[in-house]
Amino acid sequence: MVARGVIRFGNRPTIRAAAVAAGPTEKKNSPFSHQFDRLYDSDLIGQKTNEQAHRQLIEDACDLALNKAGKTISDADYLVCGDLVNEMTPSNFAAASTGLPYVGLFSACATSTSALAYAALLTEVGAASLVLAGAASHHSAIERQFRYPVEYGFQKPQNAQWTVTAAGFAAVTPHEPGYPSICQATVGRVVDYGLTDPLNMGAAMAPAAFDTFRRHLEAAGTEPEDYDVIITGDLGAIGTQLFRKMASEAGYAVEGERWRDAGKEFYGGDPAFFAGASGAGCSAAVYFSDVYSRMMEGEYRRALLMATGALLSPLSFQQGESIPCTCHAVELVMGEGEGR
Amino acid sequence: MDRQAYSQLEQQITPKTPIALNLVKAFVTGGIICTIGQGIMYFYMYFFDFTERTAGNPTVATMIFIAMLLTGFGKYKRIAQFGGAGSAVPVTGFGNAMISAAIEHRTEGYVLGVGGNMFKLAGSVIVFGVFSAFVVALIKTILVKLGVVGW
Repeated sequence: MVARGVIRFGNRPTIRAAAVAAGPTEKKNSPFSHQFDRLYDSDLIGQKTNEQAHRQLIEDACDLALNKAGKTISDADYLVCGDLVNEMTPSNFAAASTGLPYVGLFSACATSTSALAYAALLTEVGAASLVLAGAASHHSAIERQFRYPVEYGFQKPQNAQWTVTAAGFAAVTPHEPGYPSICQATVGRVVDYGLTDPLNMGAAMAPAAFDTFRRHLEAAGTEPEDYDVIITGDLGAIGTQLFRKMASEAGYAVEGERWRDAGKEFYGGDPAFFAGASGAGCSAAVYFSDVYSRMMEGEYRRALLMATGALLSPLSFQQGESIPCTCHAVELVMGEGEGR
Repeated sequence: MDRQAYSQLEQQITPKTPIALNLVKAFVTGGIICTIGQGIMYFYMYFFDFTERTAGNPTVATMIFIAMLLTGFGKYKRIAQFGGAGSAVPVTGFGNAMISAAIEHRTEGYVLGVGGNMFKLAGSVIVFGVFSAFVVALIKTILVKLGVVGW
């Protein structure tokens, strides 16, 4: 054991391929859209309900990831994923149609990295030759779950975030040279700083991001400068500022292009989306398109993915409870890898 | 950083709600909606056989119908993002709350979905509206009985 909650992968499981499917709003507004593998022109993706569309997103992203890896569903051993709908039915239905052994993971918007860590573990112990890991969210299905009907008119504050319609999946295999491999993961603790505003999730999640960040770096014996990118999941404009402020007060140098946030960048800083994007599909979509391709091209040699999640429910919020949050970190290395 | 220091930092960084600007926007938006309503009321009085007392009901119905169309075409939420309370307080806001819930829950069927959820947001307006009307009527009745005011 390296440190409590920190897993080091000696066998270096590899992300053999990764794929993203996203909705029409993302097609139109996301600067990452040209890197997504499939874009839909309708929110319903030809289905009858938002929840069915959500399921379709997951199935399509899985298929795309398998295709890109040159594999078929029969080559996969496990499906590890989650979403934000009640009891994660979109993931459950998608798992039913794939027929794969399935573990549903609920880490809210941190599911992209918790699924990746879980998949890496299954591969590390030799239990799998290919695991599909990922996360998804569908704007209309999630908004009604956590907030108001989509067409209900209310004034959102500038610190609100916009749930993305996207699914990102990775095909995790035992080590193969030439692909990004997973060398360390840190399982997040649940951190609750007592914030209660569900329209300011970035601020609620920033302390959880910082907690995992510090634990990960201490266990790895690294400094921020050792990474080409440190990318949080969906802290948004407000949460990102708070996270960096916490890090800088703890003595980390937080300046430079290596500090990124998928949620803040997702819609290119367009104020129509307030503080940025959120949702389980947000970090998954950026990690499994932009970050993955930059690793494949050699621009990033070492990346720290830190997806953040707010573990609230509409019930807990209405009962006046605070918002417990978490952040799971996965460190990817390309090439050299052996280093430390 | 402890909770207290963080809470201070959070309040410092989170953008403040521009209350003065929002009030102006709400006043303008609410004012425009009410002016349209007034115009519709005059329309019913001028072209039909309504008086100032009876034109209220068709006017409200028309305003809700317009709100229904705007909600269905996805425009009302945009007006609300600008107008805030100015678009929520008039009867069109009440209509939007009902209609948006009805659209949202359509996939769960007409009885348990649309019927059961239509008043999910608007229900509290009715509950507290009826209750406060009752309280006000009670106060007035007592005052009339005591001879303080007349009907």
